[in-house]
Amino acid sequence: MAGTEGTAGLDTGRLIWIYTQMVRIREFEERVKATFTEHPGVIRGHTHLADGAEASIVGSLAALEPRDRLMTTYRCHGYPLVLGTPATVMMAEIYGRKTGLCGGYGGSMHLTDPGRGFLGTSGIVGQGIPQATGVAYAAQIRGEGQVVACFFGDGASKQGAFHESLNIASLWKLPIVYVLENNGYNVVTRAEQEDANAAAGEPLAVKAVAYSMPGVTVDGGDPVAVYREVAAAVARARAGEGPTLVESRIYRLSAHGNIIAPPGVPLHFPEHEAVEVFGAPEEYEAAKRGDPVPRMRGVLVSDGTLSPAEADQIADAARAEMADAVEFALRSPFPRPEDAVNFVYA
Amino acid sequence: MARELPYIGAINESLRQEMARDPRVLFFGQNIATTEADPFLAEFGPGRVRTTPISETAEIGMAVGAALAGYRPVVELYMAEFMLVAMDQVVNEAPRLRYMTGGQVTVPLVLKAGYGFTAGWAGQHTGSIYGMFMGVPGLKVALPATPADAKGLLATAIRDDNPVCFFHHYLLTLEPGAVPEGEYLIPFGQAAVRRAGGDVTIVATGWMVGKALAAAERLAAEGVGAEVVDPRTIAPLDTRTILESVAKTGRLVLVDQATRHGSAAAVIAAEVAEGGFGSLRAPVRQVTALDATIPYSQPMEAYLLPDEDKIVAAVREVLGLAAAAPR
Repeated sequence: MAGTEGTAGLDTGRLIWIYTQMVRIREFEERVKATFTEHPGVIRGHTHLADGAEASIVGSLAALEPRDRLMTTYRCHGYPLVLGTPATVMMAEIYGRKTGLCGGYGGSMHLTDPGRGFLGTSGIVGQGIPQATGVAYAAQIRGEGQVVACFFGDGASKQGAFHESLNIASLWKLPIVYVLENNGYNVVTRAEQEDANAAAGEPLAVKAVAYSMPGVTVDGGDPVAVYREVAAAVARARAGEGPTLVESRIYRLSAHGNIIAPPGVPLHFPEHEAVEVFGAPEEYEAAKRGDPVPRMRGVLVSDGTLSPAEADQIADAARAEMADAVEFALRSPFPRPEDAVNFVYA
Repeated sequence: MARELPYIGAINESLRQEMARDPRVLFFGQNIATTEADPFLAEFGPGRVRTTPISETAEIGMAVGAALAGYRPVVELYMAEFMLVAMDQVVNEAPRLRYMTGGQVTVPLVLKAGYGFTAGWAGQHTGSIYGMFMGVPGLKVALPATPADAKGLLATAIRDDNPVCFFHHYLLTLEPGAVPEGEYLIPFGQAAVRRAGGDVTIVATGWMVGKALAAAERLAAEGVGAEVVDPRTIAPLDTRTILESVAKTGRLVLVDQATRHGSAAAVIAAEVAEGGFGSLRAPVRQVTALDATIPYSQPMEAYLLPDEDKIVAAVREVLGLAAAAPR
């Protein structure tokens, strides 16, 4: 089992916090996925899970301060959990309830919690990148040392929005860190089928070269390694030295999303694309063996940071918390139909 | 105290006054403030005034982000068509974020763009494409027809907490008019009755307001009283003022520089059909651009566009008058 590269100055409490958040994200996503079979029809539309990305998400957010800001993609369940958004209101949003984080207006793809620095998501690939860049422009004008973290996937790095944004961010030396979560798949297309760098056997981080900014590639399964690189990028940004592109290599452990189906067809999560589309179960099994959650547990238990019993307690607490979130969401009322015309205009 | 200013001068005065009033107002876009001599840059500094690369998606997306972070950006887009490069940000991001977050955020920004430059710019810089934005929930659309309205509507757009498309008409750029000094705001959703009359209602926007007024003068000489209504904003649309006018006149001619099915006229016609049918004594007539891309050559360009003669002919038709002899 792969270890972590040192502790990057993170103390024991922080390492345990990181592991705890990873477990919470995993458990939340497990409950979302299980909802499709345990409570058919409760989740509508299209839901995207972050299992496999936990180390990358938590390692990145561990490098931010409370005053910092972030924007993400529609695969957005992990970040607010780490920031302190209650799992209850997140699950209620995904279940379309009045008590949901966004009152049932947004659903799974649009979790937003501005009070905790999470300014929003875009459901359209790559389109949140210029918005996060604009938040960084605002931070630069304000001049109070805020940094913005912008999360997106490998597919988004082929959008014009990505390239236009990185150019301006570098030109203006904006305080932003671009975290490219490379999970190797653009929906059901492999990166080497649609990315010139990937096809050439190069890391996607080389895209930074075109915009005269640093680009680094990191093992996204190791939260300490992610923390180290993102913290360095945050320090550069805070010092006024401009943006960094951090390519975090992860493996999405669920399919891109639940099946896309017309009403009447029960929704479910298919097998991962490696299995379902490409007939490569060995690839998926290898990824499962590198699962970042048990990997981090192994590191913390083997170096004595956590006893097995303490690690079990963390998992038990997350399980109870997310079971409560499901109960809360199921008990919660739906919005009033006529509320559908609220919030169209400010 | 009013004095004469050209339309473009009124726009610049409004922007300057709003930037002086509120430090959260930003101004950025292509080819602005490229030297220190730029008056906006000189007055408001390089933080709030910036030239951008030719990157509309980033410009508008960054305006959304800056708005989420508490600023009030005005994006200089020059030509409305350039917004088409960034339609996701205009249609599917800026106006939806407040709604999708259950009201947790606001996106106050202004997309400032010229339109309707039918002066030999051929097919891609001449459109009157506002119609495609007026049906987008969360977006507002202003179409100033006079220098005073340009000033008052831009100030209101900048203070509005929603994304606003502020479309100024290129052919009005140097048009002079009385403009109030100091703070001047025109509320959105309030049409202006530019000319009173009892026989027919003419609703017109932008450059077409002047054409409609000129047509009304000619009709007055024939004893026809035309009431000219300028909606000023098409989202929100002041349906009430239009219906009140139609209730009085019983006849409606809609003049719009957009193509027939991409126009504001089509929407207004539907509203009057539903809310004012009982008042109508003749079918509604739409005088719009013909359904074609704007050509380069002048005679063909003129052929496609609404003009005074076409407006007069439409009015005569709804009044059941004989067609006038060609002038």
